[in-house]
Amino acid sequence: MSTLTYAVRDSATMFRRDLKHAQRFPMLTVSSLLLPILLLLLFEGVFGRALRIGLGSAAGSASYIDFLTPGILVMTAGFSAETTAIAVCNDMTEGIIARFRTMAISRASVLTGQVIGSTTRTLISGILVVGVAMLIGFRSTAGPTEWVAAAGVFIMLTIALTWLTVAFGLLAKTPAGANSLALIPAFLPFISSAFIPSGSIASGGTRWFAANEPFTPIINTLRGLLTGTPIGHAGLWAVGWCVALTAIGYLWARSLYSRTRPA
Amino acid sequence: MTIHKAPTGPGHKASPAARPAIAASGLRKSFGDHLVLDGIDLDVAEGTIFALLGPNGSGKTTTVRILSTLITADAGAVKVAGHDLAAEPGKVRAAIGVTGQFSAVDGYLTGEENLLLMADLHHLSRAQGKRRAAELLDQFDLAEAGKKIALTYSGGMRRRLDLAMTLVGNPRLIFLDEPTAGLDPRSRRTMWEIIAGLAASGVTIFLTTQYLEEADQLADQIAVLDHGQLVAQGTADELKRLIAGGHVLLRFGAESALDQAAALFGSAAARDDEALTLQIPSDGGVRSLKELLDLLDSRAIAVETLTVHTPDLDDVFLAITGHDRETDQDQVSAQSLESSEL
Repeated sequence: MSTLTYAVRDSATMFRRDLKHAQRFPMLTVSSLLLPILLLLLFEGVFGRALRIGLGSAAGSASYIDFLTPGILVMTAGFSAETTAIAVCNDMTEGIIARFRTMAISRASVLTGQVIGSTTRTLISGILVVGVAMLIGFRSTAGPTEWVAAAGVFIMLTIALTWLTVAFGLLAKTPAGANSLALIPAFLPFISSAFIPSGSIASGGTRWFAANEPFTPIINTLRGLLTGTPIGHAGLWAVGWCVALTAIGYLWARSLYSRTRPA
Repeated sequence: MTIHKAPTGPGHKASPAARPAIAASGLRKSFGDHLVLDGIDLDVAEGTIFALLGPNGSGKTTTVRILSTLITADAGAVKVAGHDLAAEPGKVRAAIGVTGQFSAVDGYLTGEENLLLMADLHHLSRAQGKRRAAELLDQFDLAEAGKKIALTYSGGMRRRLDLAMTLVGNPRLIFLDEPTAGLDPRSRRTMWEIIAGLAASGVTIFLTTQYLEEADQLADQIAVLDHGQLVAQGTADELKRLIAGGHVLLRFGAESALDQAAALFGSAAARDDEALTLQIPSDGGVRSLKELLDLLDSRAIAVETLTVHTPDLDDVFLAITGHDRETDQDQVSAQSLESSEL
């Protein structure tokens, strides 16, 4: 078998290991899923009416849940990525990683297996979040093509965030440290177009940030695909950000994993 | 004081033509300003047990980490299992098995799943993997525990699983970094039996230990590492021969008695004022003991207890390095540095 075949096979082995972990200790997965669902219920049920009145026509759609759901979807990816950072950091503190390093296996396979596992879990979470959103009134205008495109954007975002948080997990010395680092991608959507259009944010600095941070074009693209709002250049920006973040995360994680400790 | 001698111990099964399992020369490694390995040479014959013996912080773990491709040396030429360590780390990895000092099992998987994970990574087929896992669970007395997750295992069970995982790929050369550290005496005995059994099947074993008894029990060749340098090398018997003989330890009830006895035996005896003991060189034979007691009796010196001490590797270590094993402050700080590297 070729090196590549072995790399794929080793990654698959690592993926199975990751799945077993998730299956045996589902708490992390469940808590990363509960948070976006709670936020969905909170913003729709508690703040929804006030926000819709405040936003008026700026929200661009009749129902706030339609505006909200794409943003919550993006936050789902953020929260899942957070658990990835913790899992990777936990793993690194165990001797098992040192064992993998002394074995003739593809070095990237340990991380790749983790990323595939995390992406799978996030995708399931995303589907559940959309399901709950539909139960409380979310109505999509998307046809099959739009759904597939939206799923594609969501997967790209998840892969980008996961590689980035794998690097966070490798960088941090303790799982608590990994958690704090990973809060950044989990909470950046709060200052974006997730809950209100970025243009309606009062403060100039915050408005500029919200309009230009990576999550805003991604959310706007998902919103456009799912609810028919105009996408414009957001689509290109979304793909660009995802590709760039994936590249940064991947290269960073690889170099952190290959470094001989202590640095 | 280094002994260089052709290996002649009874445990040697290697033919003279056998290539060395490990050949290292001038191995050096520093972490920052701290010099951990100061140019060591190692020569391990195939099919033998080689023990690297030294106190905490002497550089044992660093040596294993270098030889097992985990970190790179600053200088030195090393061949492991016939492959150049720097040029072909992948080939080295394919030939070795490593059981580190800290448990390298996946706590969230069962014992069996851990072994199957290793089988998958060695690219065994499903059936082969299952067979190998069952074999090893049996061999390591883990058949019952195989279905339980490893987090619930005792220290001894974890260590056995760890070693079983190392063996899944049938490596010809195994590194064991302090294989019995922290184990209770019974588990340690079991581990010794396992290691001796592996060696009997032809596997080369490179182990580190700070237990002199362990090196004595298991190893064909012993190298003594101290502050990053090899201070002695040879078979257990050769090392023991460095010590002229054993000693008798006398403990006294009063300082006056110790004074009297110390004056009697002169500079040959080593006195310890705190413990009120005097250590006198002796072969431990009945005749010399009787002479000793008669002499003390004739001077009416009251002795509380007498212990006969035949030479062991502790004495060797003391004789070679000039200090006790675990009292050196330097070593304590060096140890904490070494463990923080992990």
